Amino acid sequence: MPATRKPTLAFFDFASCEGCQIEFTNFGDAATLELLSHVDIVEFREAMTETTDQRIDFALIEGSYTREEDRARLAEIRKRARVVIAYGACASTGGINALKNHQDDFADYVYGDDATMSHLRSGTARPISAAIEVDYEVLGCPMSKEELLNVISNLLHGTRYFAPTYPVCVQCKRRETICRYDEGDHCMGQVARAGCGAPCPADGVPCEACRGFVEDANLPALEKVLVERAGFSQKRAVGKSRMFTANLRS
Amino acid sequence: MSQTINIDVHHLTRVEGHGNILINVADGVIEQCEWQVPEAPRFFEAMVRGRHYSEVARITSRICGICSIGHSLASVKATEVALGIEVTPQTRKLRTLLKHAENFDSHVLHVYVLVAPDLLGAQSAFALLPTHAEVVARALRLKRLAHEWGSLIGGRTTHPTTVLPGGFSKVPTVAELTAMRDKLAAAVPDLEATLETIAALAPAIPAFDRPTEYMAVSSDEEYGLYDGHIQTILPDGDRARYEVADYRSCTNEYVSEKSTAKYAKNRLDSYAAGALARFNVNYDSLHPEAKKVAESLGIQPICTNPYFNSVAQVVEIVHSAHEGLRLFDELIAEGVTEEPLVQPTRFASGASAVEVPRGILFHEYSYDEEGLCTEANCIIPTGQNHANIQADFDALLPELLAAGKSEDEMRLAFEMLVRAYDPCISCSTHYLDVEFVR
Ligand code: SF4
Ligand code: SF4
Ligand code: SF4
Repeated sequence: MPATRKPTLAFFDFASCEGCQIEFTNFGDAATLELLSHVDIVEFREAMTETTDQRIDFALIEGSYTREEDRARLAEIRKRARVVIAYGACASTGGINALKNHQDDFADYVYGDDATMSHLRSGTARPISAAIEVDYEVLGCPMSKEELLNVISNLLHGTRYFAPTYPVCVQCKRRETICRYDEGDHCMGQVARAGCGAPCPADGVPCEACRGFVEDANLPALEKVLVERAGFSQKRAVGKSRMFTANLRS
Repeated sequence: MSQTINIDVHHLTRVEGHGNILINVADGVIEQCEWQVPEAPRFFEAMVRGRHYSEVARITSRICGICSIGHSLASVKATEVALGIEVTPQTRKLRTLLKHAENFDSHVLHVYVLVAPDLLGAQSAFALLPTHAEVVARALRLKRLAHEWGSLIGGRTTHPTTVLPGGFSKVPTVAELTAMRDKLAAAVPDLEATLETIAALAPAIPAFDRPTEYMAVSSDEEYGLYDGHIQTILPDGDRARYEVADYRSCTNEYVSEKSTAKYAKNRLDSYAAGALARFNVNYDSLHPEAKKVAESLGIQPICTNPYFNSVAQVVEIVHSAHEGLRLFDELIAEGVTEEPLVQPTRFASGASAVEVPRGILFHEYSYDEEGLCTEANCIIPTGQNHANIQADFDALLPELLAAGKSEDEMRLAFEMLVRAYDPCISCSTHYLDVEFVR
């Protein structure tokens, strides 16, 4: 790109709670204004009316891909953008939306007699990588905003960001949080992918693997721990292990 | 006047979620005037079935990232009613303080980023940077302050971690509360500058009145954000009170033939929820500083101009700041202690009402004897406002036509009207989407 032009950044959203977009407004004045001095935000439906027909350097996509008609919009974004970044669990793994993938009566339950109306068609909630090629995934529900800045900063410097591949327990131990199991609670940090800094155990609640699983996560062992150490029924242990990761397990 | 107008705003900008405005006027005859919602349904009520009560709020907070504190609070409150849990006074106070953080946070974002650009003739807050750098910086500063305030109590502001049925998993220390209190107190000049900005822009707010019923959470002790009964008020001042458990009897969700979303109604054909409704219902409980601001901005109850919702939000920003300071002071004086979670005494059904920035929010759950959720229902504010937005559309269009407004002026007027409601369409628990053959 020519040296005179700042790289352009655009936001797009699909089935989501828009919480990841909101996280973007929580950087505060110093960090946001600094970021804006390096990039031009050219499209952001939630915050601006302007759109662009120019090529987008970085497209940030929030939300899951749940309807066939979303595919064309995603393909269009892919065509317009140099780099596609899926941000948040919804976009990266299907996130919380994927919980319904394990049910077949969700529409009947919520809409009753109206459930057969065509516009309520809602297919499987999938990551956007199921529709288009994705260059980066910023994990978490909500996404880690520090990680997002890291990805963008690396892109601006022409380098590549790599998220940690070890489990949340490592970060939890590093900050010397008392383990939830020692408090008589449960936790999924053993198999959850780190990078968030393990805020949940530090706040006194279990990690629910909102960032997805580490590679080759031993899920039978997770269930076993939830049954044997946390005293869950097998059914609840399986349900628990699908909390934000329904797409990542059977 | 034989005007022909064709407005088709697909995916309205500067609102949360997706909404469309469709207006067709042929030779002065109104053929179509509709507010539509094409959001993808997300089925939360189905997804929480079978979930343990400790997990339900974590899932339903994901209905909306912007009101996730309010969804968490509504969810744990409903669960607490269902499980016979009575939380401690400290928990109530901390939750009320957390609720104020969310209200302040969301209103700052809405007023500065979504509404102010219209009044300044800009397309976005980013476009204001070259001309109004200080206003943008101030907005970001206030937004960050609210984020820190909410995070201190809730762990995070987007999907709080510490809010649990029975209390909090972690409470802030007195030193942390003191530091946050001082930061909030130091923001007073920014608040005053906000008022100046809004007062200067207020003349650009359209004059349009359409009396309706207003519904809000109300209580004898406070403005009613976190807790209270359901209260409605008609434009003539006539009030009606409903118990939270009877929320279905005053929301009356129904499917309308011409509607793209489920409608709600009570004593009239539609009602309004949100900052203006709260202002109209609970004016007497406003902090004196907020009343002063209301006076200076020229708004008084019962205000029937829906565009003034943004003005009521500014009044609430000031109310939440001052009530926040008061609650910080009380907590600092009383001291905070780590309290164990209050445990369930039964497993049954329970409903709750909490005010989120966009209006009254209802959650209801049933649990089996293992503490697993068997039934859920959530009614969100924007769903309740839909019929009212449509009724405003129906009244506004003839007025604009009679005034001979151009298509562009009309488009802006309709967009601003929808934006004033601050609709949170992404909370699509109960939306219907109809495709029109045109
Ligand atoms: S990942 Fe979580 S916070 Fe982000 S959009 Fe999805 S539900 Fe919301
Ligand atoms: S609390 Fe969770 S993340 Fe931390 S060490 Fe224990 S199991 Fe691992
Ligand atoms: S600790 Fe677990 S649940 Fe919490 S943010 Fe990290 S991955 Fe998500």
